[in-house]
Amino acid sequence: MATETLTIGKALNTGLRRAMERDDKVILMGEDIGKLGGVFRITDGLQKDFGEERVIDTPLAEAGIVGTAIGLALRGYRPVCEIQFDGFVYPAYDQIVCQVAKFRYRSRGNVTLPMVIRIPFGGGIGAVEHHSESPEAYFAHTAGLKVVSCSSPEDAHFMIQQAIASDDPVIFFEPKRRYWEKGPVDTSLGLDAAAPLHSSRVVRPGTDATIVAYGPMVKTSLDAATAAAEDGRSLEVIDLRSLSPLDMGPVYDSVRRTGRLVVVHEAPGNIGLGAEISARVTEECFYSLEAPVLRVTGYNTPYPASRLEEEYLPDLDRVLDAVDRSFGW
Amino acid sequence: MTKGEPAPRRSGATRAGRSGGTPPEPEYVQLLTPSGERVNHPEYSVDFTAEELRGLYRDLVTVRKLDTEATALQRQGELGIWASLLGQEAAQVGAGRAMRTQDMAFPTYREHGVLYTRGIDPIMPLSLFRGVDQGGWDPVANKFNLYTIVIGAQTLHATGYAMGVAKDGKVGTDDGEAVIAFFGDGATSQGDVNEAFIWSSVFHAPIVFFCQNNQYAISEPLERQTRIPIYQRAAGFGFPGVRVDGNDVLAVYAVTRAALDNARLGQGPTLIEAYTYRMGAHTTSDDPTRYRVSSEVEAWQAKDPIARLKALLVKEKAAGEDFFKQVDEDARIEAVSLRERVLSMPDPDHSQIFDHVYAEGSPLVDAERKQFEAYMASFEGGH
Repeated sequence: MATETLTIGKALNTGLRRAMERDDKVILMGEDIGKLGGVFRITDGLQKDFGEERVIDTPLAEAGIVGTAIGLALRGYRPVCEIQFDGFVYPAYDQIVCQVAKFRYRSRGNVTLPMVIRIPFGGGIGAVEHHSESPEAYFAHTAGLKVVSCSSPEDAHFMIQQAIASDDPVIFFEPKRRYWEKGPVDTSLGLDAAAPLHSSRVVRPGTDATIVAYGPMVKTSLDAATAAAEDGRSLEVIDLRSLSPLDMGPVYDSVRRTGRLVVVHEAPGNIGLGAEISARVTEECFYSLEAPVLRVTGYNTPYPASRLEEEYLPDLDRVLDAVDRSFGW
Repeated sequence: MTKGEPAPRRSGATRAGRSGGTPPEPEYVQLLTPSGERVNHPEYSVDFTAEELRGLYRDLVTVRKLDTEATALQRQGELGIWASLLGQEAAQVGAGRAMRTQDMAFPTYREHGVLYTRGIDPIMPLSLFRGVDQGGWDPVANKFNLYTIVIGAQTLHATGYAMGVAKDGKVGTDDGEAVIAFFGDGATSQGDVNEAFIWSSVFHAPIVFFCQNNQYAISEPLERQTRIPIYQRAAGFGFPGVRVDGNDVLAVYAVTRAALDNARLGQGPTLIEAYTYRMGAHTTSDDPTRYRVSSEVEAWQAKDPIARLKALLVKEKAAGEDFFKQVDEDARIEAVSLRERVLSMPDPDHSQIFDHVYAEGSPLVDAERKQFEAYMASFEGGH
């Protein structure tokens, strides 16, 4: 055992380090990831230890980062791209959706593109526009991509390594406002000790209602469950972890026991992950439901100015309000 | 021609075009005039043996014949669409033959001639245009990437691949590897292409950007894409650009061979603008009579890449009528074979919809495959 207390940011850093030690074909590409260590310092020290050939400060062009990573992957490398902020991924959208996602399919399995695209996402850091977005549904909607999000230091450390080891392209969403949250990580463990990358997980057991969340909203949901317990309500919280493919088994099991489901995400609700989860739970658990599936999400507006984000973002009270509405049905 | 010395570095090397006709020719590297005269160029002199000239002629004729056959197949409903290379044979054969075995090509969807000269079965892309698959070949094993439909996207893939070549230490020697990215004049307006120029320049990637300027992006003429000659853009990115007569297979060969050898020797990228003309439509769905005049097409007809090489062969007595007849007959046989193979191409099995979406599978795709199979099975005997 070598359990350390790490932040999510540091756990991503140690995970990247492990992946680079394990396989010298792993290379990092992105803006300011070298000497600076990335604007969030996720790649801190890696260029110093692995060299400029493996930790590459790129020109400032996201399509170029992803497009050249495709070529490097064709050549046998395992590129890990950093998109500096969620709102900056769109110039690379064509390369991700038309090329990364479809290359294997178009080649009838002849091409394997083992690449990871890391994206810090979500709000809550008081940033200017384009720095607080939640674009995960665009990618989860695209066949050929796998999409995951971590919510704890332990998952951050292991999931980034699993994503890099995957032979499929993975979009890796990092909950940027939780980068500084701390938790225990046993960094001596290998990947086989970790939960499968594309599995969801009950992170707090409960009996009265189910909350499903991912990324930054897992902590919000856990806080809501703690508050609800004081009122005598037992909430079960599930961390989805994988947004594509979804691992719905634990969600179905939970809803069959509790009869109530609230889905929480920062992204706008309209045509979002919550809608898909709601549809599937309705199909699979129709006779177990005591109330409709409810969603607590960002509003269907552009992300607002940061002095309004507290009102925009789902928080503990809005989650509890939805739980109350479920019970009042 | 195969043992030519790598050409020295140059910047925007040009010479006056030799042929007459209107409008005036731009300055470009030319080794063979439209009337079949050999001309010398101070930087790009390559000696071609008679056998090599005959080989290039055979390539040009065969590539055109197969292309014509594919157009006919589309007209008869056997292909969904076809992007003809008519008029661009010299640009493609010259570039393709200039590549060495170890070099890697990233084509658009029109590089049938490059594909042919790489020794790849010409049937390979026809399944794409028939709608049987979306390419489906192994790009790395063939050293020829999948056809890329999104304009310019492949130039970034080529650049990344070239960066990988350099990382692998495969540059700096005569047997080093080089990469060539194909694109058209329209693509030069794409952000991806400009980013590829920047990336390859700052990372000093072993790559040649080969722009076939065929004067039109579907209906839009060159002046809607650029106010300066395309090859001159290279200077702004920090590497050499050169314009070559794209209908002169000898010049294209010489210029491309030199640029590829420079790349493999670690001297970085080159932009080649092959100045040519799309004699046919953009694709079989296009109607070029709506946007260009016949006199322009006729002027380019006079610069035909095959006629000028044939004139040279005749003049130098390097080939006689028997040879030309035999080449035509061989090409015809190859075209007939291509037609027969297209007609016998089986439709894909329904279940292919669900194949190869992921390397490591997906429970969602697996579940949908099962649902689909059960649904299809429900019709058995009933319909």
